[in-house]
Amino acid sequence: MDAATLSKGIFIAVPLTLLGLKLIPLKAALRLPAAIAAGVVLGIAIVAAMPSGGMSYLVSFTTMASIYAILALGLNTQWGFNGHLNFGIAGFFAIGAFTTALFTTAEPTGVMANYTKQAFGLEAPFLVGVLAGGVVSGIIAFLIAIPVLRLRMDFLAISTIGIAEIIRLIFQNERWLANGPQPLRGIPRPLDCLVQDQGCAPGWLAWLFGPLEARDYTFIYVVIVTLALALIYVALETALRSPWGRTLRAVRDEEASAAMNGKNLTSLRIQSFVVGSVVMGLGGALYAHYTVTIDYSHFKPLFSTFIIWVMLMLGGSGNNKGAMLGAFIIWGVWSGTAFLTGLLEPTLAAIHPSLPDRSSYLRWMLVAILLAGIVLFRPQGLVPEDKVVSRFLGKIANPRRKQHSQV
Amino acid sequence: MSETPVQGAGAGAGEVLLDVQGLTKSFGGLRAVDHASLQVRRGTITGLIGPNGAGKTSLFNLITGAIQPDSGRVTFRGHDITGLPAHRIFEHRLCRTFQIPREHQSMTVLENLMLVPSHQIGERFWNVWLRPSAVRAEEERIRAQADEVLDFIDLGHLRGELAGRLSGGQKKLLELGRILMAEPELVLLDEPGAGVNRTLMQRLTDNIQYLQRERGITFLLIEHDMDLVMNVCDPVIVMSEGTKLMQGAPDEVRNDPKVLEAYLGGQYAAAEG
Repeated sequence: MDAATLSKGIFIAVPLTLLGLKLIPLKAALRLPAAIAAGVVLGIAIVAAMPSGGMSYLVSFTTMASIYAILALGLNTQWGFNGHLNFGIAGFFAIGAFTTALFTTAEPTGVMANYTKQAFGLEAPFLVGVLAGGVVSGIIAFLIAIPVLRLRMDFLAISTIGIAEIIRLIFQNERWLANGPQPLRGIPRPLDCLVQDQGCAPGWLAWLFGPLEARDYTFIYVVIVTLALALIYVALETALRSPWGRTLRAVRDEEASAAMNGKNLTSLRIQSFVVGSVVMGLGGALYAHYTVTIDYSHFKPLFSTFIIWVMLMLGGSGNNKGAMLGAFIIWGVWSGTAFLTGLLEPTLAAIHPSLPDRSSYLRWMLVAILLAGIVLFRPQGLVPEDKVVSRFLGKIANPRRKQHSQV
Repeated sequence: MSETPVQGAGAGAGEVLLDVQGLTKSFGGLRAVDHASLQVRRGTITGLIGPNGAGKTSLFNLITGAIQPDSGRVTFRGHDITGLPAHRIFEHRLCRTFQIPREHQSMTVLENLMLVPSHQIGERFWNVWLRPSAVRAEEERIRAQADEVLDFIDLGHLRGELAGRLSGGQKKLLELGRILMAEPELVLLDEPGAGVNRTLMQRLTDNIQYLQRERGITFLLIEHDMDLVMNVCDPVIVMSEGTKLMQGAPDEVRNDPKVLEAYLGGQYAAAEG
């Protein structure tokens, strides 16, 4: 086993450990060491066994799937718990991404200023940028919520689609804001210097970062993104599996009745919408630091709204674990079917010579058919929502009836 | 419309708890509630009857803030609550049930009840991060209260069941349970007996009378089952065409030709007479 395998294996161990913490059925005290041990062993084994091409695919897959999982968690807060039909995820995704881009890049000077225009550039640290992405997204969600959340279901869906398109078109056309139709480049990668030749890694960690080359940066970013996903999951799960989440679910189920029980519908609906949008903004920010270059075309509805809906519907709306599971499965199906359409090309060519060029649309059809299938045959998703909302209650058992009275 | 002195036997029961003056609501060209004025006194079980379309449920909706009145005034325990949003009116300890039970179907029976108390610490989402022990203590307290209510309405054996899976009658009991969780002063019951079998009806009636007697809860109830109205309610208010037709003790109401006319229409009443 060479040094690079060990080093990469340890990075891969972090997401595996987080997964283990969720899955290993042991008591809390034993679970952490067990998860770490399993994570390290598995991580090194995977890196040693996989060809390096497969490994980098796996890492970038996990990174993107985790970003989508964060977006799905945001949507789950809005739709799963409170019934907002938000078809404007792309808008908050874009706001998060562009906000962090503006916060963390430097304002262009000299000849560069002729090519890149942006409203400001603060050169703020990564964390500040990401948090700003969430906060700005939340503020804009609040402003949108005041007029829009008076609408219900389909009308809300229509207006949120419109709002997301408006946001995208603003980024597309307002050159002064974020370089308009031209891409905004050079979004810094956090902790990038760890993998550079003249690295900033402290000497005692040289064994860990030394073997990594600049192109192995993705191993560091996958750790950052999966840790962010875990943090957001824990924070949301705590908030939603509480009396607050209970009132949200009550409003979703039966508004009039919740209002008659003293719940302030407007306030609760705005709260869930804003919290969900903050999470979407965070997801967008993490996406920007991953792709390094962003422009308006990244935030079209297909890739940044509807695929997230499919993820949530498949995983199970109303359940945060389901939202994350759905994100990984759908992203797997999406990136997995890239090979599939390649395999189909000879067959398609036999039908009509122009078909192979259009084979990529087959993947979209597949995703759409999958969504239709889920809604028809398993509307509750793979992981149904938990019966009991409040974590504080544990499981609620039906005690045996003492006496039978006639009802 | 001038308010005639209250005539029913319940008249001396107590102070005026709910005072409705000249309440009006039109839906397009239809005036559903037309200058309705009525009073409910503390400690009574006041009946509200009238033919279909008389505006009884609309009146409930106006009083509880589900819809906004065009004009008129609603005073509850001396507070003007006209046009307040529903959740604010609930905070004055005035609550209602619906004609068709509206349970939170995807939540358990227990949590349907635990939802009810207002101003829970845990209803603010930051408190579960900042003050988890306070939220836990509160949850335990409310759970104990809900368990008591479950025993009272005899649904304890179904506490972990999803409310959407209950039978129609059990849902009615659950509605009653939610009212008990709210510790109300006045409860508006919209047809508590509709679609309920005789046995359960008797239990509902017993429960209502028990709550009025032992806990001092005042009721205003809409009902079409005349046996229930005549046995339980005093006074009885008759509504017709959006306004109060008369008010009196059950016997007076039963024998009043105006009431018969309102229910059956003029010519039939004449034929019967």
